Amino acid sequence: MKIRVIDRDGNKHELEGDSNSTLMEILRDADLDIEAACGGCCACATCHVYINDQWLEKISPKDDDEESMLDQAFDVKNTSRLSCQISLSDELDGIELEIAKE
Amino acid sequence: MIEKTDVIIIGAGPVGLFAIFELGLLNISCHVIDNLDKPGGQCAELYPEKPIYDIPSRVSITGQQLTDDLLAQAKPFKPVYHLNQQVEKIAKMESNEWLVETSLNNKIRAKCIVIAAGAGSFVPRKIPLENLDLIEEKNILYAVRNKSILEGKDLLIAGGGDSALDWTNELSKIANVTLMHRRKEFRAAPDSVSKMLELEKNKKVSFLLGQIHNIENLKNNKIKVLVKNNDEIQSFEVDYLLPFFGLKMELGPIANWGLNLMENLIKVDTEKFETSVPSIFAIGDINTYPGKLKLILSGFHEAALMAQECFKYCFPDKKNVFRYTTSSKDLHKKLNSS
Repeated sequence: MKIRVIDRDGNKHELEGDSNSTLMEILRDADLDIEAACGGCCACATCHVYINDQWLEKISPKDDDEESMLDQAFDVKNTSRLSCQISLSDELDGIELEIAKE
Repeated sequence: MIEKTDVIIIGAGPVGLFAIFELGLLNISCHVIDNLDKPGGQCAELYPEKPIYDIPSRVSITGQQLTDDLLAQAKPFKPVYHLNQQVEKIAKMESNEWLVETSLNNKIRAKCIVIAAGAGSFVPRKIPLENLDLIEEKNILYAVRNKSILEGKDLLIAGGGDSALDWTNELSKIANVTLMHRRKEFRAAPDSVSKMLELEKNKKVSFLLGQIHNIENLKNNKIKVLVKNNDEIQSFEVDYLLPFFGLKMELGPIANWGLNLMENLIKVDTEKFETSVPSIFAIGDINTYPGKLKLILSGFHEAALMAQECFKYCFPDKKNVFRYTTSSKDLHKKLNSS
């Protein structure tokens, strides 16, 4: 499955994802400067991304913890998500997103 | 020049400071290294004026009072502090001592290393806008160290957690405070939230829905904060912006010392609080073991047991006679001569 990412400098990347990983893990392992300080347990906001509108409704909605943690992020939008909370699935093949400023 | 001591303590937070005392009781000398500009760790840097309620025998004590008292308690043992610097690397010498080098190029050798570094270096999460350097020094406060400079000023506090709400409530007594948050829900303690809402109702505090969009420097020593809510942008002229977006945790070079780690914490045994590397100990929030509680009082206990084991490394030929402070003539002599 493909993941299409725009990094903080505006460069486009196409990454290979798998359904055993979270979005954050794929971004982190691709060295796209995602800090993910807490290791993916929703205890920081250093894996903040903006999901392309069209894909937003295919992802399970954020829970209270994630919403709360987003309070520590900068420039939060309606499309903001913490990438560690998004489990990849075949349905998300081709997902497009942008990495938020940190 | 290489300085020499018995034990090097990394981290001058409450647990590191108490370790000086416990080691001192056993005649073990210490150097203490911390990357903040003063001892006290988080207690002094983040919540110097916030009360702590679970220090045994102290009904209520602020982070700064606790720090001051621990410093006074450690003083008779003449610790040497190396502040504003981080330990960069450690190496084993031929003499079996550790050689520690800091970011300011200080070199110290010692028989044991005690890591009391909390969660590593805790740094406030900064606003990711470019060209803020000038303003960050003057008009942006990521922590409140001296309330008095804020008296009568226009403040914009950003965030929805405990720090943002506590400071909104506290500073509303002396300044014109506007609290800004991206939503109407707060993750702060319910008590603080209801207090803030009460203050807002009585017009002692203003609440603003939005997020920081941009910040401009003004000539009158003030700053203009552009606040974005949905697609609308409003501008606010204030003396100070206090952003509370939580902390960033940085374990730093400790991660590369070959110690057994578990999720950025150092594994220790619960008898000696020694790490997987002999003569390196870890006490306080930075260590982990089954049942670990991240409390200052747990760190105090860990410091006492660690000191017993350090004695064996520092004085391998001496017998350690257990003494209470009430009857130790040695200790009384030191306390009187200081």
